Amino acid sequence: MGHTLIEKIIMRNTGKASVKAGDIEIVKADRVMIHDIFIPFVADKFHEMGFTKVWDQDKVVLIYDHLVPTSAVEDVRHFQKGDAFVEEQGLTHVHRSDGICHQLMPEMGYARPGDIVFGTDSHTTTYGAVGCFSTGVGYTEMAAVLGTGEMWVRVPKTIRVNINGKLPKGVYAKDIILTLLGDLRADGATYATLEFHGDTVDAMSVASRMTIANMGIEAGAKAALFEPDEKTAAFSKVDYDSVKDLKADPDAVYDKVIDYKAEDFVPVMACPSKVDNIHPVSEVKGTSIDQVFIGSCTNGRLEDLQVAADILRGKHVAKYVKLIVTPASRSIYIEALEKGYIKDLAEAGAIITQPGCGLCCGRACGILTDGERVVATNNRNFLGRMGTNKVEIYLASPATAAMSALTGTIAAVEA
Amino acid sequence: MKEFTGRVWLLPDDVDTDIIIPTEYLALPTVDDMKQYAFSPLREDLAKQIKPGDIIVAGKNFGCGSSREQAPEIIKHLGVACVIAKSYARIFFRNSFNNGLLLLENEHLYDEIKEGDTITVKDGEVVANGKSYPVPAIPQNLMEILEAGGLVKAMQKRNGIA
Repeated sequence: MGHTLIEKIIMRNTGKASVKAGDIEIVKADRVMIHDIFIPFVADKFHEMGFTKVWDQDKVVLIYDHLVPTSAVEDVRHFQKGDAFVEEQGLTHVHRSDGICHQLMPEMGYARPGDIVFGTDSHTTTYGAVGCFSTGVGYTEMAAVLGTGEMWVRVPKTIRVNINGKLPKGVYAKDIILTLLGDLRADGATYATLEFHGDTVDAMSVASRMTIANMGIEAGAKAALFEPDEKTAAFSKVDYDSVKDLKADPDAVYDKVIDYKAEDFVPVMACPSKVDNIHPVSEVKGTSIDQVFIGSCTNGRLEDLQVAADILRGKHVAKYVKLIVTPASRSIYIEALEKGYIKDLAEAGAIITQPGCGLCCGRACGILTDGERVVATNNRNFLGRMGTNKVEIYLASPATAAMSALTGTIAAVEA
Repeated sequence: MKEFTGRVWLLPDDVDTDIIIPTEYLALPTVDDMKQYAFSPLREDLAKQIKPGDIIVAGKNFGCGSSREQAPEIIKHLGVACVIAKSYARIFFRNSFNNGLLLLENEHLYDEIKEGDTITVKDGEVVANGKSYPVPAIPQNLMEILEAGGLVKAMQKRNGIA
């Protein structure tokens, strides 16, 4: 009997000849990621547990992103506690202002094809884009992993998603994952792995695959995986031959198989206030908006900024609409500057903010109040996510977001 | 598991971690500072009404959303004896046991009881209004963490300091 991709990765990690969905396995962490919000708690729990040294300094990455730059004086404590832990443990993989953790982990080569990575953030599923089994854990669990280098996992069952064909104009990876969320619902992949296949996926950039893997967690998935191909190997700077066996077997056992024709997708939005409240943009078209946000670990990459720049170049955002653009990392920011996208967006009236989590986690850079409506490219539209509980958040692709900024109402790129 | 009885609070499907504790309160220094804001986006006064020993009964996908562990920690600090939901999000599930918070699953309880009812939790079942609702057994490795009083205490035992 064949194996799914997640089973293959766990077999590679444990050295076992076979594992199957439902088995409980102890796996070794190839890398762990801790971000600024949780570092004080991780450090305290680590010490409280009686550990003195992390199991492997080289495998620990600390990233400050949610609180950079600070927006409240209490935030500073997180950096102080973080820096003290860095000093105490002699950590070297530390990023204090380089961008969002989920962009940096694959970008910097910390999360590679075939690796198992745990992070203190739910969107850790993002690295599945490069064929890495990566998933979110809490800070107590992270403290135990720091001490032992190991964690128990239940081998998840897998839902296979096949997408074939050519995407229509105005439709992007974000529309695919939002459509899937609407079909699966917010708990449709709980404890499971999503495994993506098909020529639409093969044709996608690694960045687009990251958009999809990022939101796998919104269906409850433990992992969202793409088989590494030559594009992945180039992105992750690994030899393709070393990862080409990371493929699902043709006779792998799936819990469910879902097939999509790329031509059937349309631009969609997650309407307030659930990630699975999905509607075609055409249904909500014309609704007035107050703000647009283009950024986050879901859609703050170069191709996202390019799409927005192409729509807004030489034009101006609608009166009263604030457009906030947040590149996902420093390197993306620099590349977008060099390519002129930042200039295009700034000239169109955008507020460009520093790379980081900013508005997506509702702490800074554009929080909203009762009755305001925002079109945003991030991953959650929960109550209170970007300000008060009466803010309406519509999640969409960067193209739909840019079109909405331009018109001042909800709008998509027409096919 | 020792039998216990508690008063029920009902919460709907998909109660996410931003509802359990909104991000704006996460930078407060301690979980005890945060706990008064629990569930505030959904029900502003709920945290103040919950008394130690109460039981939360919820719909499906309880605890979905972020990895913030303050979510189960706050529920534990409010004194909630256990949560009984139709299903849970996976990170919340792990975090709860790691913090010594008992989670049980039953598909029908939520639909058949009302807020304020008193229910009894026993080994393998929950009894409400004279009716028995089965709950699946907890895996052994999780029971060990729960019995140690959470993952911190389990690791202290491992490291020989408790």
